[in-house]
Amino acid sequence: MVAIKKFPEEEYILKGTAACPGCPITIALRTALKALGKKTILIVPASCSAVVQSLVPKTSFGVPTLNIAFAASASAASGVAAALKMLGKEDVTPVVWAGDGGTYDIGIQALSGAFERGENFIYVCYNNQMYSNTGIQRSGATPYGAWTTTTWTGKKEIQKELGEIVMAHHIPYIATASIAYIDDLYDKMKKAKEINGPRYIEILAPCPPGWRFDMSKTVEIARLAVQTGAWVLYEAINGEVKLTSYSKMLLKRKERRPIEDYLKLQGRFRNLTEEDINKIKKNIDEKWKRYMEIYKEKEEKQ
Amino acid sequence: MSMKTAISYPTEGGMGETGSWRVFKPVIDESKCIKCWLCWIYCPEGVIVKKEYPEVDYEYCKGCGVCANECPVKAIKMEREKK
Ligand SMILES: Cc1ncc(C[n+]2csc(CCOP(=O)(O)OP(=O)(O)O)c2C)c(N)n1
Ligand code: SF4
Ligand code: SF4
Ligand code: SF4
Repeated sequence: MVAIKKFPEEEYILKGTAACPGCPITIALRTALKALGKKTILIVPASCSAVVQSLVPKTSFGVPTLNIAFAASASAASGVAAALKMLGKEDVTPVVWAGDGGTYDIGIQALSGAFERGENFIYVCYNNQMYSNTGIQRSGATPYGAWTTTTWTGKKEIQKELGEIVMAHHIPYIATASIAYIDDLYDKMKKAKEINGPRYIEILAPCPPGWRFDMSKTVEIARLAVQTGAWVLYEAINGEVKLTSYSKMLLKRKERRPIEDYLKLQGRFRNLTEEDINKIKKNIDEKWKRYMEIYKEKEEKQ
Repeated sequence: MSMKTAISYPTEGGMGETGSWRVFKPVIDESKCIKCWLCWIYCPEGVIVKKEYPEVDYEYCKGCGVCANECPVKAIKMEREKK
């Protein structure tokens, strides 16, 4: 793993963006682009990331960026990849940079089609667990119990596991990441860049106005999500799942922190009942049971 | 029919001098700093520059306080702006 001090100093996010103070998108994208380098083309659907770029005729993004209709990211990226191939510019990496609304819900058809066709690009979903740009509406990624403007008594449904849906497409690289474990994020971006075919990376992106926490706590909340086991860091190379970074330590050496440590800092969970918290705990326990089983199977094979 | 695509060009200060958004200002105490560069990498705006010690570009720093919250030795204090 590359030490933070050794990350490239080049900046591809130019100062003076339109992002809210403490925004997780720019934290994630700054480091992602340090790993990917300047030979990157971003494909961005309608989202906060489209707004963060600031206003025409200026942009705060220092790499070529194609802003595209909401449902079209993976199709547009397929087209960009095909064009790069025709031009013999296969050293340029097309990268979709989409929110969870644009991925779990609105973009899933194009995403599934492109992954099944084996298109050559990286798809990054920064998951802030709601439609933030239009004012905090629920998405398929919004966790159970969370307040949004369309689930104002708390979401009644459990979030879907998009990673597992993507897994069913047999693509060569799938990973989850966190803005807190930034060396792990950098490492995964670097790895993805060197692989051919569809690659999917999902980054948990705690959003201060959407999740209702103080803007200085963006990274702290991202860290707590991992330490409590609510968010799991893994990597699947050709279908073989491995936990990474802090999540790997949670398999054996460390205890998961109580989920309350994560929930209590966020206003969106303020009205949870004990029953709700138990349901969240059960969901996390079940997820971990699955990982433990994968891990045990692997140990037995060795 | 001709169609025009709007093209934007990379520019610093796309949203103007965002330092004016700030209510609290990060101040770094170099005597405490251990140069771990966490503030540099976590700054959402990329306005901390790697010099001998980390240096904040106050023209654009939005005063979010992520740097102060993440500094492992509490070398960064958020001070109220006098305006
Ligand atoms: C087809 C279509 N429907 C709705 C919209 C309005 N819209 C723009 S951005 C957005 C929210 C995007 O949410 P998400 O993908 O989660 O990204 P985030 O805003 O959270 O970054 C919506 C609903 C649109 N631009 N196009
Ligand atoms: S609403 Fe959230 S994700 Fe969107 S720009 Fe603001 S902080 Fe970033
Ligand atoms: S207060 Fe926020 S924007 Fe300013 S230097 Fe610190 S992290 Fe960067
Ligand atoms: S986080 Fe603190 S100790 Fe680390 S480089 Fe910044 S000011 Fe120095």
